[in-house]
Amino acid sequence: MSMNLTLKVWRQAGATAAGDFETYQVPGVNEDMSFLEMLDVVNEQLIGDGREPIAFDHDCREGICGSCGVVINGRPHGPLQGVTTCQLHMRNYRDGDTIVVEPWRAAAFPVIRDLVVDRSAFDRIIQAGGYITAPTGGARDANLTLIPKAVADVAMDAAACIGCGACVAACPNSAANLFTGAKITALNVLPQGQPERWARVAAMVDRMEDQFGSCTNYTECEAVCPAGISVNVIAKMNRDYLKSRFKDRRSLIRQADVADEA
Amino acid sequence: MSQTQIAGDPALKSNIPAGPLAEKWDGHRFSTKLVAPQNRRRFQVIIVGTGLAGAAAAATLGEQGYAVKSFCFQDSPRRAHSIAAQGGINAAKNYKNDGDSVYRLFYDTIKGGDYRAREANVHRLAQVSTQIIDQCAAQGVPFAREYGGLLDNRSFGGAQVSRTFYARGQTGQQLELGAYQALSRQIELGTVTMYNRHEMLDLVLKDGRAVGIIVRDLVTGEISSHSAHAVVLATGGYSNVFYLSTGAKGCNVTAIWRAHKKGAYFANPCYTQIHPTCIPQSGDYQSKLTLMSESLRNDGRVWSATKQGESRRASEIPDSERDYFLERRYPAFANLVPRDVASRAAKLQVDQGFGVGELHNGVYLDFRDAIQRLGRTVVEQRYGNLFDMYANITGDDPYSVPMRIYPAPHYTMGGLWVDYNLMSNVPGLFVAGEANFSDHGANRLGASALMQGLADGYFVLPATLPGELANQLGTPVADPNGPEFRDAEQAVRDEVSKFLSINGKQTVDTFHRKLGKIMWENCGMARNAAGLKQAREDIVALREEFWSDVKVLGSGNTLNQSLEKAGRVADFIELGALMCQDALDREESCGGHFREEHQTPDGEALRDDDNYAYVAAWEYQGAGKLANLHKEALEFEYVHPSQRSYK
Repeated sequence: MSMNLTLKVWRQAGATAAGDFETYQVPGVNEDMSFLEMLDVVNEQLIGDGREPIAFDHDCREGICGSCGVVINGRPHGPLQGVTTCQLHMRNYRDGDTIVVEPWRAAAFPVIRDLVVDRSAFDRIIQAGGYITAPTGGARDANLTLIPKAVADVAMDAAACIGCGACVAACPNSAANLFTGAKITALNVLPQGQPERWARVAAMVDRMEDQFGSCTNYTECEAVCPAGISVNVIAKMNRDYLKSRFKDRRSLIRQADVADEA
Repeated sequence: MSQTQIAGDPALKSNIPAGPLAEKWDGHRFSTKLVAPQNRRRFQVIIVGTGLAGAAAAATLGEQGYAVKSFCFQDSPRRAHSIAAQGGINAAKNYKNDGDSVYRLFYDTIKGGDYRAREANVHRLAQVSTQIIDQCAAQGVPFAREYGGLLDNRSFGGAQVSRTFYARGQTGQQLELGAYQALSRQIELGTVTMYNRHEMLDLVLKDGRAVGIIVRDLVTGEISSHSAHAVVLATGGYSNVFYLSTGAKGCNVTAIWRAHKKGAYFANPCYTQIHPTCIPQSGDYQSKLTLMSESLRNDGRVWSATKQGESRRASEIPDSERDYFLERRYPAFANLVPRDVASRAAKLQVDQGFGVGELHNGVYLDFRDAIQRLGRTVVEQRYGNLFDMYANITGDDPYSVPMRIYPAPHYTMGGLWVDYNLMSNVPGLFVAGEANFSDHGANRLGASALMQGLADGYFVLPATLPGELANQLGTPVADPNGPEFRDAEQAVRDEVSKFLSINGKQTVDTFHRKLGKIMWENCGMARNAAGLKQAREDIVALREEFWSDVKVLGSGNTLNQSLEKAGRVADFIELGALMCQDALDREESCGGHFREEHQTPDGEALRDDDNYAYVAAWEYQGAGKLANLHKEALEFEYVHPSQRSYK
């Protein structure tokens, strides 16, 4: 039931400070605890000893908000398939285990403190075009747009991304193609997403490449994704991106204008 | 008209428009002043919180051309706790042709709220519900579909029609992402300036008007002032006052509590919703409780043992020794009774010793019959992700062993008092979503929180807030370096220094747990006068202890999560005292507020409409002091209050 563990945790006082691992002995870990509850217990001990607690991001603790995420023994979100750090339970460890805990490591996700990183680069990708322009109030009846169940399912599969950043942390190139591909797929397969389809993929991919590394198909991202996003979304993104180069509506219109003037 | 003769406080103007119920909203929209497009950018609007209400309001007001500043404490606006809502969103579309209508949704919500909500607000909510679905579908929210491509619906508690739209078990996530994406578009366009990882720590008033806020940058610790023509708080609910709840760890009352301390009235704080289907607690280290969607009650059957201290496994208990207590007590609604009714029924079974599981602290939610009837594949399609989540947390497989469930704090119907325009009694201060008290009365129906958040954000605020702004045309925003802001900033700095200098012996979480225990035991699912009086005294003592013995390490100039929590727990402690005062004052049972002294012979809530059909709006009088009560009388012109029956 109860385990004694050794934790090696990355501690870093601030963005520019040098970081290092600190080792903590954690007695009496209950197997029903979540990984974050185990960190809570460590933090209570640390505060009791007059040492500053380990900073880590977390919020909903039910695997959906995407706040939490640390690299556990070299793997983002730990050893299980399809779960976030908050949904990893200590019954997956044995008495006497040593666990190494690190923040996401990627140039686009600078460390803020300890295990907390800045993921606002993801927000900037969405801002570049990860939406359907639909001003409030102008929508027609929802049932006027028929969407085959299969299409809705593909969109939903891709839209399940929680934006945690594990894909970037797992990628040897720190690429964000799984995250970006998921959002592009979720919107580009839907009828509502068609008018902005080509502009969307071009803008989002360009913004992504400004900030992240390039994908070379390691597919480590899919292996660690807690939301089960398939690398197929990357293929979809790449195909749409390529097509967008030939379907730039603005340049087509400009050519038409030139033709009119002539 | 209702039979009640309660004298409301004339100072509390609800501003409900005149005219027939169904015409109030359209009439009001027409008579509200507008701001011309070219003038909108001259108006600065602050919106705190980026859940459904906040993100939808920021996106819509930004799109209309106002200069919006949006604040959230999370690292991204997408992570607000609306994202965790599972089951669905109600709308009176009547796509199923099963008798639904705007009026029926209105009626169900008033009844579900145990006749403690305003008719006009609730009718407006039902009216705009249909537009919400259209809006979200246009944004690309991947709602569940029928094979023919039409939208699918499911049933939820408290209704006899199928009006709940959903996106697998992640409806909140998809609606939140829709609003976040609309917001992101406005951020890129420059109409909205986004402040991630910023926490509001005070509201600033000038000549009685809300003119801005003080925020702390959670990364650098910098404290700064932001001024505006109007401030919107869309900062969610306060169920973390119980420590263990289904809320996210960061959910807190600080923004609305600090506004309350500056003069905004807090309405019906004791109306808290305890959700019937959560995973029971497993140990002291527990940091939160996980909800299992209400949608599971569509196919799951709830039962407990018929023998006290039952220790056999579920599969070993024959049908004759199972008590399907919801089906037994409420044959008409059965497993789909509203949340307050289901929660109390489960508590009663456990209190009487019929609980199941090792700790006898839950009841079963059983899918055996559904799997036999529908097959495992269908059950998997409907609830697969929820079953996986359950298995992952408990180590049990719900396909073969029934789920164990128990009620947990989930939603707070109370919040800051607002008028029909969603403006508080402080001019210029608006409150939206769970943070206000407005639409759910004493109990919220399932799938109605998402509806209200988006109604407020997409449709109500964008129509009512300009009416307030129009009065200020030509008035510049308050000077953020003025004395009001300087003083408020200084007070926030002093508070930060105070937390860091106490250097006591107990951690912030220790205090939060102590508060949670007091609240759960005395102001939870069942309340009585003696317990509430004792709880209030205990909380006043806990407050003293907190301010002399809390231990917060580190500095105010870096990311310091203990410091953030300290401020929030300090506010929860004060709120706890007010909740107990409100619960003690309300000598009746209604919805989520169940006073043991006031029940029918068969244990149902017993309302007292003659004396308590009012909104209790509390005015802050100082730390540790009792608040002042202002009453807004509730009048029922259309739905005649009766004892709620789901039998």
